Amino acid sequence: MSEDYRSMWESLGLDLTAHDALLGVLGKFYQDIYLAQEKRPEGMGYFDFVMGEVHGLRIKELLDEKAAGRKIIGSYCVFVPEEIALAANATLVGLCSGADFAVEEVEKVLPRNTCALIKSSFGFKLGKVCPYLEAADMIVGENTCDGKKKAYESLDALVANLHVMDIPQVKSEKGRELLKVEYWRFKEAVEALTGVTIDAARLKEAIRTVNAKRRALHRLAALRAADPAPISGLDALLANQVSFYDNPQRFTDAINKVCDELERMIAEKKGLFAPKTPRVVVSGCPMAVPSWKIPWIIETSGAVIVGEESCVGERGIRNLTDDAGQSVEELMEAIVDRYFKIDCAIFTPNPDRLAHIEEMVRAYKADGVIHYGLLFCQPYLMESIPVAKALEDKGIPTLRIDSDYSMEDVGQLKTRIEAFVEMLR
Amino acid sequence: MRTVGIDIGSRAIKLAVWEDGKIVETRQVDTGFDPLNGARRLLDGLTSDRIMATGYGRNLLEVALDTPTVTEIKAHAAGARYHFPLARTVLDIGGQDSKAIAMNADGRVVKFEMNDRCAAGTGKFLEIMAKSLGFSLEGFGAEAARAQRDLSINSMCTVFAESEVTSLVARGEDRNEIALGLHKSIVRRAVGMLKRVHAGGPVIFSGGVARNACICDLIRESLDQEILVAEDPQSAGAIGAALIAANGSTFLYRR
Repeated sequence: MSEDYRSMWESLGLDLTAHDALLGVLGKFYQDIYLAQEKRPEGMGYFDFVMGEVHGLRIKELLDEKAAGRKIIGSYCVFVPEEIALAANATLVGLCSGADFAVEEVEKVLPRNTCALIKSSFGFKLGKVCPYLEAADMIVGENTCDGKKKAYESLDALVANLHVMDIPQVKSEKGRELLKVEYWRFKEAVEALTGVTIDAARLKEAIRTVNAKRRALHRLAALRAADPAPISGLDALLANQVSFYDNPQRFTDAINKVCDELERMIAEKKGLFAPKTPRVVVSGCPMAVPSWKIPWIIETSGAVIVGEESCVGERGIRNLTDDAGQSVEELMEAIVDRYFKIDCAIFTPNPDRLAHIEEMVRAYKADGVIHYGLLFCQPYLMESIPVAKALEDKGIPTLRIDSDYSMEDVGQLKTRIEAFVEMLR
Repeated sequence: MRTVGIDIGSRAIKLAVWEDGKIVETRQVDTGFDPLNGARRLLDGLTSDRIMATGYGRNLLEVALDTPTVTEIKAHAAGARYHFPLARTVLDIGGQDSKAIAMNADGRVVKFEMNDRCAAGTGKFLEIMAKSLGFSLEGFGAEAARAQRDLSINSMCTVFAESEVTSLVARGEDRNEIALGLHKSIVRRAVGMLKRVHAGGPVIFSGGVARNACICDLIRESLDQEILVAEDPQSAGAIGAALIAANGSTFLYRR
């Protein structure tokens, strides 16, 4: 990385020594997991570049946007509507989480038995290594699980401008009403931050931008139904991960280019995996960069991942927002409708999620499901038991894995996942 | 066809030779600190058409000798079928992990449970507890079986259980009763795993811990069901690997 970046990181208040260590580990991990894959679509070169510049060029772009008067909003959840941020001339970015960092510092403010995702987000803040967080003009928290909503109380003391959004837990009329009220409140907060009043034209355009990104990811998802599989689950996950950071238009173009290439491969009946390779859908907790452990083990154990039922995956991107409305009110209703469909495990009951997993198994011709739950993530761990039972009752083999970001369980996981793949053969 | 199965476990490396429909030889050596060398010593002088590695050290052989591998789960299922051809349910407790396996009528694995990350409820647990009570590992089961009652041990964590044992000893409790409590805690965990895989028929018990008669009796009692142990339960994984090498190369995974 160039000296430019060092002064940029310094100006953001990053701890340069710790940040160097983080980038070193990240680079090695990427090398060992991503670049070690035998065959990849050529279009993934773009994503290699983006990952190489994840704390470099992309941050510089964001700082340039800031200098030109745009605002940066950081988010930890797919319930934060990107449409509203874009409509107010702000950029929405996903904040760092996905690796253990500054654990000792984190455990001074959070209990040890907190899920790795929440601990990680605090670790990046307390360790001063997340340039996205430091560049953000507003951070959005959301009351999803108990862990996150209580953690935001502590995060409030650590960041300058935290906006906490309440999220319903039941899919009822009242639940929808709450989400609507909260999205209008978010809209006002964003308008106050940017000084831009969101009108129908701006909102419509923002909806179209985000829908285009979703459509490109839907296209990619659909192509993975092909056998032999044209892309690894690792690369598809990476694309989903990058969707949280990248410029939306550029990202959309890059994904569509990858899709063009995959379509050509499929037309020639070519793939990157041998025909009849066991196919799995991974379902459960989100995997942020660099949480690649589980897909890496799966795809080095003789299987290919054909879909992610996850917030970093289909749960996050699967429905479009209707852009037909003519007024801000109508378009806001469409946004509420779209996000209210998200089948996060914080909802009770949550039958849509099981139905979606089954739909994905059918659509992508999966042979089995691997359920991934983060230790101490109550909503997903609780759901994993009835979900696994329901899938098995329908003849869909399911393996439940409870893990975190550490590498200490890799040996055991490898045996369990290999044995599961042997079952699917 | 002559095949060799080799099971590189945490405590012992086991080897089995399959020829003309039966196992003709088994060998065993302590894993020690150089499992690859141990495996090479076991293989010394053997000729075979095919070798198959299993156990937690299987990838060592894959890297060094380009040996195909199979997981312990599939190997123990196949090994159980060698001695008990109609077996549907297997419990394997080895040096550092334990698993319950359910098979369908054809012998295919349909469900399994395995301990994750720590050595709770495994041979290692028994070994450390025997030592902290001053018993030999071989005599530990018999000593436990002599107790008239058991002292309940709450922790399954080897480290915590050891301190629990230390405080019971310090209270002047009978060490045989403590030993029985420890055996029961392993059995509770194993029976829980067995029940979760919903397996039918008699339970085939394999792995080094199956040599402990007290554990076998307690499982039998707890399940109220017959359990079957082969003459040499530690070799089940190696036998299974040799069998798979002989019969099943088409459905094996080679990286």
